[in-house]
Amino acid sequence: MPAIISVKNLVKRFVNSGKTVTAVDDLSFEIAEGSITGLLGPNGAGKTTTIQMILDLITPTAGTIQVFGLDMKHNREQILSQVNFSSPYVSLPSNLKVWENLYTFARLYGVKDIKGKVDSLADFFAIRDLLPRMTSSLSTGQLTRLNLTKSLLNDPKLLLLDEPTASLDPDIADRTRKLLVRIRKERGITMLYTSHNMEEIAEICDRVIFINKGKWRDDGTPQDLVSKYGRKDLNEVFLALAREGQTEEAMP
Amino acid sequence: MKFHRIKALIIRQLYLYPRSFPRLMDVFFWPVLELLVWGFLSVYLAKLNLNNVNIISFLLGALIFWELLNRSQQAVTIAFLEDVWEKNLLNLFVTPVRIIEFLLSTVVLGLVRILTQGAVLGLIALVLYHFNIFQFGFYTLPFVVSLLIFGWILGLFVVAIILRFGTTAQVLAFGIIFLVQPFTAVFYPVSALPAALQWVAYALPSTYVFEGMRAIIASGTVDVWTLVMSFALDLVYLVLVFWFFYSMFRKVKERGLLLKLES
Repeated sequence: MPAIISVKNLVKRFVNSGKTVTAVDDLSFEIAEGSITGLLGPNGAGKTTTIQMILDLITPTAGTIQVFGLDMKHNREQILSQVNFSSPYVSLPSNLKVWENLYTFARLYGVKDIKGKVDSLADFFAIRDLLPRMTSSLSTGQLTRLNLTKSLLNDPKLLLLDEPTASLDPDIADRTRKLLVRIRKERGITMLYTSHNMEEIAEICDRVIFINKGKWRDDGTPQDLVSKYGRKDLNEVFLALAREGQTEEAMP
Repeated sequence: MKFHRIKALIIRQLYLYPRSFPRLMDVFFWPVLELLVWGFLSVYLAKLNLNNVNIISFLLGALIFWELLNRSQQAVTIAFLEDVWEKNLLNLFVTPVRIIEFLLSTVVLGLVRILTQGAVLGLIALVLYHFNIFQFGFYTLPFVVSLLIFGWILGLFVVAIILRFGTTAQVLAFGIIFLVQPFTAVFYPVSALPAALQWVAYALPSTYVFEGMRAIIASGTVDVWTLVMSFALDLVYLVLVFWFFYSMFRKVKERGLLLKLES
């Protein structure tokens, strides 16, 4: 399958109070069309920085990123019109009604039949009764569904999901995962997914890429990695890779 | 540049006004209160009959023009800050929206607000103090346009500073205009300033607008020189502020500050 995202020798260094910190260090990977790929790593591994570079929110220090075979610098509008993003850490304006938020983003993406699109997605995510409500009055689970609704308004070919089930209770998290699997099945959307919930990753991802301290560590299907490292599950693989080279004393 | 994206950003802000009393107060209440205070002062001073100078015209004209400058700067800055406060910047910048479209939407929204405010202030000044902002014809219109442009320049400058240095700099959104006020000769002529400060005054496009307005009131004629200087300086500052804004935005992307701005 052709690569939807192609990252080559990506480097990001931040200078903070005169000290240089390397957040992403010579990272290369490809994401195949139609796949759900988990980008895993401990806190500070460089996952969010990598996603933000893919979205052109952070400029790389070195290396190249191609999305749909195009480079972001010269094709930003063309790429971003086919990409969307959802994260519980990025809000939609709470002072707007739910339908106002969705109409705004539909207009930004140049959706032709805004009402039809919003209504059909509202049905899909079961939020039609929430449309007249203020966004500030929604629960965390409802906000997650609203964020996901927003993220499908432009019929994206690529969806970047930053911990989409964080702070959800197990029931809502399970429903959200099932929705994501359904979206992929029905719409064939490629997803890049970050999460600290290894059960979730094992359940929905075709492949995982493991990074630590900004460097590529390993990648493969969840089952392959469990076998390769001779561990009980993906959680243990995560612990082994995250603690690679650390002594007991060095751990918090 | 796509019109539908600018329109989306404007409509999004307009949704808020009908149900937000503080926003309506910001548009109408505070400027009207200021007009009333200065209006009554002007009436009092006019009764003193100081050298037959048209005090009401001088003070109210200056006040209305000053409000236009103040509000046009704030319209741009506050529209941006609302997205920061609502943690919506990342959502916007992962859409195909371009910076210029985002900035233009704040400028157009500011224009709508100012036209509404100007109409209300002009009407109140006419009814209460018999002061017609257009009493000297539509000569004042180019001065108003120049003033609005300078307000947007100041607004963009503050937005660039907040982007780069974070919300600790947001106090500038409400304060920067008062750094300009003493030097731009709003309520007194430039000649009232010490010689050294007159150079500062003449470096500001708004100074020429206030001087030009006083010339119209005093003689009924337009001083074309003040108008030309005002627009020329606007143009220079506009180029500088766009250069400044884009270089700040480039630094923000290099340093990954967009996410930090919202956290």
